[in-house]
Amino acid sequence: MNESALASLSPKQKGLIERFQSGQPLALSRVISHVENHRPGFESMLEALHGAVGRARRIGITGPPGAGKSTLTAALARWYRERDLTVGIIAVDPSSPFTGGALLGDRVRMDDLATEPGIFIRSMASRGSHGGLAASTRETADLLDAFGFDRILLETVGVGQSELEVASSTDSTLVVLVPESGDGIQAMKAGLMEVADLFAVNKADRPGADRLKREIEIVLALRSGKPGRPAAGHHGVDLSSLRAGREDPPQEERAGVADDAWEVPVIPCVASRSEGVEEVAETLEEHFRWLEASGRLADGRRAQAREHARLVLERAMGRQAMQAWESWLATEGADRELESRSPYAISRTVLSEVWPDAPTAEY
Amino acid sequence: MSERKIRVLVAKPGLDGHDRGAKVIAAALRDAGMEVIYTGLHQTPEKIAATALQEDVDVVALSILSGAHMTLFPRVLRLMTENGMDDVLLTGGGIIPSEDIEALQEQGVGQLFGPGTTTGEAVAYISRWFEESGRGVEA
Repeated sequence: MNESALASLSPKQKGLIERFQSGQPLALSRVISHVENHRPGFESMLEALHGAVGRARRIGITGPPGAGKSTLTAALARWYRERDLTVGIIAVDPSSPFTGGALLGDRVRMDDLATEPGIFIRSMASRGSHGGLAASTRETADLLDAFGFDRILLETVGVGQSELEVASSTDSTLVVLVPESGDGIQAMKAGLMEVADLFAVNKADRPGADRLKREIEIVLALRSGKPGRPAAGHHGVDLSSLRAGREDPPQEERAGVADDAWEVPVIPCVASRSEGVEEVAETLEEHFRWLEASGRLADGRRAQAREHARLVLERAMGRQAMQAWESWLATEGADRELESRSPYAISRTVLSEVWPDAPTAEY
Repeated sequence: MSERKIRVLVAKPGLDGHDRGAKVIAAALRDAGMEVIYTGLHQTPEKIAATALQEDVDVVALSILSGAHMTLFPRVLRLMTENGMDDVLLTGGGIIPSEDIEALQEQGVGQLFGPGTTTGEAVAYISRWFEESGRGVEA
């Protein structure tokens, strides 16, 4: 509990934080809005609750639109509830770049969870963020964590460069694909392959699921530096024929692969019928145990904290710069200068307002 | 401080399967710059109240074509009040006789819209209510 942060809050806000800490869902909901809208005092609210952050396991769920992310998220949440684990879900959908409005429809696939005690679902609009998460998604996850949820499922919008952002916000990243996404896994956005800790091939009752699974496994095997070796060994897919006539690479070529490396599994499932969900969930638990045992959890959490702090700094600096920019634009002669001076010269002038000692050549 | 978005839950309670109106309204509110949470058909009052709470919406808009409005609106309103959401607007539309509208409004339900309402009227009503409620500026 951060006393100085708490002291800076208004009595009304303090009351809200107290209700949050006593476990009232409405208070959680309202603190999330406060933070999402950057209402006055939101920073102190986050600081006041920061001590309680860090207990939950965070799982990112990403993949192309229509892959079944929401359905799988709901199925995972049910699996957790059967084990008496509480679940906070954040489902991000895109905002319209034109009107700023958004239609948030992920709850349609999670309908039966609405009144389930121990589950809290929050829909978020991406609000101009291009990373597949909303700017305040991390902070909403922190709040769910501080409220005491055991698992936090973070579902991305499914478009854009969501991969890196989700990976830097969570402990485990689950990439959901469907047989239709099969063509040219190799050519797919590189990020998807790199960030996945686990692949789910959803709608696996459709044709092409086996092929997709094999393709992913081959790409994973190539990447891990162990070509020809079945990537995960799950489900008895035999890739040994690919090894015919090939020898294992010499030891030094494999030096980059740690002995305890996580081998990314590819798991077929039919989320709408809860088939394969158990294996997905159990593998996520296994991944977390591996993170803990290998010391990577602490590294990962540090990286999450680093990225979050960096984003806050970037936003704060950007705001200050934009304020200086607006007041510069309003000065007499701004239009003339825009015609006669280069954009770099102008931004130097503006930047020196915010940061008098700004290095002159850093753009 | 970023612009405060109006959050609206558009829900379709009851057993009738006509969600066209709800979808049209949801799209119109989105196009007016609001964040609309859409939950699909057959929502129970309990689900609607729980969703409104978790999503911290400013407005709950129900579409009721089944004739069950005299049960559904009061039940949702009661659940919302019980859960501390007495500052949230409950509004909606459907085929509702004017004497029922009056009775419901007396109980604390907001404006209700009948057939023939333009989406613009609904958007204007919600925007105006939001502005007058002061929810956009509260600290």
